[in-house]
Amino acid sequence: MSSSARYSEASLGAAEAPLGAAELERRLEELVGAVLSSRRSATGLARGLAEQTRPLQDFVLRWTAVTAKSSPELAYQYAGLAARAVGELGYAGAERWLMTAIDVYDREGLYRASAELKDLAAFVGRAREGAWGVSFGKVAGVLGIFLAGLAGRRLQLAPADSAWTDTATLFLPHRITLFASRAENFRVYKVSAALLWAQTRFGTFALASAQYPQAPHELELLNLLETLRLAVRIEHDLPGLYRDLEALSRPALGAEFRAARERLRAPGATVADSLAALGRLPASARAPDWPFLGTLDPARALAVRQERVARDKQALRAALQRWSDERGEEGLPPPDGESLEGGAAAPEEVKRLVESLLQDLGDLPEDCLLPAGEGAYPARAQQAGAAADGADDREDGGALRYDEWDHRRGHYRKDWCALRERDVHAGDPAFVEAALERYRPQIRQLRRSFEALRGEDRRLRGEPYGEDVDLDALVRGHAELAAGGELGERLFVRRARHERDMVALFMVDMSGSTKGWINDCERHALVLLCEALEVLGDRYAIYGFSGLTRKRCEVYRVKRFDEPYDHAVRERIAGIQALDYTRMGAAIRHLSGILARQPARTRLLLTLSDGKPDDFSDGYRGEYGIEDTRQALIEARRAGIHPFCITIDREASDYLPHMYGAANYTVVADVARLPTRLAELYRRLTR
Amino acid sequence: MAGIELAADAAALRLEREPYYCPLHGEVELFEAAWRNRVPVLLKGPTGCGKTRFVEHMAWRLGRPLVTVSCHDDLTASDLAGRYLVTAGETVWVDGPMTRAVRLGAILYLDEIVEARKDTTVVIHPLADDRRALFLEKRGEVLHAPPEFMLAISYNPGYQSVLKELKQSTRQRFVAIDFDYPVAEAEAAIVARESGVDAATAQALVRLAHMTRNLKGSGLDEGASTRLLVHAGKLIAQGVAPRTACEAAVALALSDEREMLAALNELVSSVF
Repeated sequence: MSSSARYSEASLGAAEAPLGAAELERRLEELVGAVLSSRRSATGLARGLAEQTRPLQDFVLRWTAVTAKSSPELAYQYAGLAARAVGELGYAGAERWLMTAIDVYDREGLYRASAELKDLAAFVGRAREGAWGVSFGKVAGVLGIFLAGLAGRRLQLAPADSAWTDTATLFLPHRITLFASRAENFRVYKVSAALLWAQTRFGTFALASAQYPQAPHELELLNLLETLRLAVRIEHDLPGLYRDLEALSRPALGAEFRAARERLRAPGATVADSLAALGRLPASARAPDWPFLGTLDPARALAVRQERVARDKQALRAALQRWSDERGEEGLPPPDGESLEGGAAAPEEVKRLVESLLQDLGDLPEDCLLPAGEGAYPARAQQAGAAADGADDREDGGALRYDEWDHRRGHYRKDWCALRERDVHAGDPAFVEAALERYRPQIRQLRRSFEALRGEDRRLRGEPYGEDVDLDALVRGHAELAAGGELGERLFVRRARHERDMVALFMVDMSGSTKGWINDCERHALVLLCEALEVLGDRYAIYGFSGLTRKRCEVYRVKRFDEPYDHAVRERIAGIQALDYTRMGAAIRHLSGILARQPARTRLLLTLSDGKPDDFSDGYRGEYGIEDTRQALIEARRAGIHPFCITIDREASDYLPHMYGAANYTVVADVARLPTRLAELYRRLTR
Repeated sequence: MAGIELAADAAALRLEREPYYCPLHGEVELFEAAWRNRVPVLLKGPTGCGKTRFVEHMAWRLGRPLVTVSCHDDLTASDLAGRYLVTAGETVWVDGPMTRAVRLGAILYLDEIVEARKDTTVVIHPLADDRRALFLEKRGEVLHAPPEFMLAISYNPGYQSVLKELKQSTRQRFVAIDFDYPVAEAEAAIVARESGVDAATAQALVRLAHMTRNLKGSGLDEGASTRLLVHAGKLIAQGVAPRTACEAAVALALSDEREMLAALNELVSSVF
């Protein structure tokens, strides 16, 4: 049976008794008598309809009457097909199907209209695909936020053939077209996604790989049993979601599952209980065809988890080693299990890793509490870096040297990075024109909201209200009073908003990872930003950054502080490309230097990047890079600059608060929104 | 004359009934100790977590009048200290709320101090250190605060505006009390008590709030505050359907973005 038939059944709670065949025949004859004859009676129609519920009968009669006013023939045909149409499409859908046919009748006559009616299957197909089907792309945004709310962190979502999870990513179907309404189809997505989250949250993959069944049919049943178990967890905290799940659990569960369901209702039931219940199911048991049930792939889930555990373990051991060294310097004993559980003094990094491991394993294994040497980052990358290091030595003329922070040593590496300023080559001016065209309404709105920020620093004299008496006005007023006039009201001085004495430098990621879509969005964002800033009058500059190893850090001039926003700047914005790596520290140091030389009360450094700092030499990838970037930002702050970082990060980004400082960054999860967000962020930062 | 006015003033500013406040981690004792030792207090925390209510409660507890000023970006030093007005050809000095609070020995609460203009902080500096004095520049007068006077300011560190950071020279004059949303059980009790909903509904509201707080940084600037929950609870207690109440009082209050609203409503419909 199709799912939409289930939908209609569910919504039909017939209270009134159905009409009998004789009564139906009488009514139909009244409606479509004109097209009946001795060879064509309403008896067959009435008989078929007599088996349906009363609301459905009423529905068919009502619309037959409506149609008969246009064409009794069409009405007759409709009466014959309507019950099936409701079954396939639901009431609203069947109504739309009929309306389409009547429209065709009005335009093209009976022949085409009756063809339209008879081709119910085609209409159902189109309707599901187009009108009521819901696609992954449409729901991913909302579901992503929904799941972040449930889980407390961003979960990765991806489309796939069926709903399943490998514990790192939740996979959801490309499209859902089971039901005749968007809302219902979305509900299936929502329940599927929530169940996948519940699988990772409530330990569906907590056992060893060998304990899970292999046969697809057994996995299917285990998936069902797990769903029953997780539903109980959901019922307690999320009753609304549970009701959705219940409503979609049609057809009802067979009697063979009753015992298992009862057992899994016990508080604290685990996946082991589901497995035990699986063993007790009769061999004939088949999982019902519930729309939200996906598939279970414990083998892949465990492999992914194992990889993550191994990575976390190694990182934890390395972190413990560093912590132990630090404690050693302070004369403290090395950390042990107890100091970890006490927790308060442990570095953020250790806590995070412990938390991640606890979630995966439920318990901290002994072997990861042994501090170990370095090695959290792949050695391969470092070797590649060493080779590149040598090759670049000879190019080192005329570069500026910058220190780099080595967190492992707790010291700077002196003059470690060589940085050059370069020009961006002019790009296609049509790009900017197109952007201006495309975002015209947004630009108009941004300009308006920026106008509101424009400061004027004036002492307004002769005001009716203000912080000081306007002596001139008062003297004049007294003179008038003496002359027999009246003392006016405008006797005060008021100071209007002070001027925005502010400069801003935008630092844009030109690393290879921004290639394509992100790069386009960055460039659009800059165009919008410039348009808005021109209204405001703040002085600003734009620089790009990229680099390949410490010998070749590069900063690209897009717009200097002393340059107007003109044709050349626009072409350079268009010319921003995705280049190499992201060695952020050196770029921040160089650009904060430029910014610090600008005379202004407030200096703002905004970085726009797409995630972790990354370069393949010196292990800049990962922690070293994060720490160096963090240090460079701290230096900037010391120099009286306000840094603010904007990240387009598609991954869970738990290192961001550490790297950027908790209050000084924002994540733009949806790249498409960057263009409008950037200018808006600037406005909010500086209002 | 002025004395009588002040007395009437003080009576009007005194709190008659105890404002409900649920102490969480010794902040009441801390505030009392600070008051006794004439140390000003800085209350830090997100919006709607109970800072203002706490000050009201403390004012009641200590039996002091309370002068609250909600700071805004046009609030100047003379708005706080006072100004000359011209009436019938004469200039008359009128005390601002800060001057009044000092004269009364009240608790002066400057809510969201960073919203005010920079020059206001200069006025509070001498009040906030051991001088405890208010300089009324325009009158050439120095007011010394009586021992009962106390200055409390609040500040929301979550605001991401470089212009709204509290200067070190200001913040280092204060004892800071950190506020956050209460733990789930306590928050549910507060919501139930303030709004009149039953315990189960209050717990569901708090669960919803936690989910929205999870979204801080991924689309929301702040999660739902306790205050929002109380609003939603009041609507529910009045017979509004929980989903409708939460959509109006929580989802729409938090965001204008369509996608975010859709997701928030899905969370609402999951919890209720």
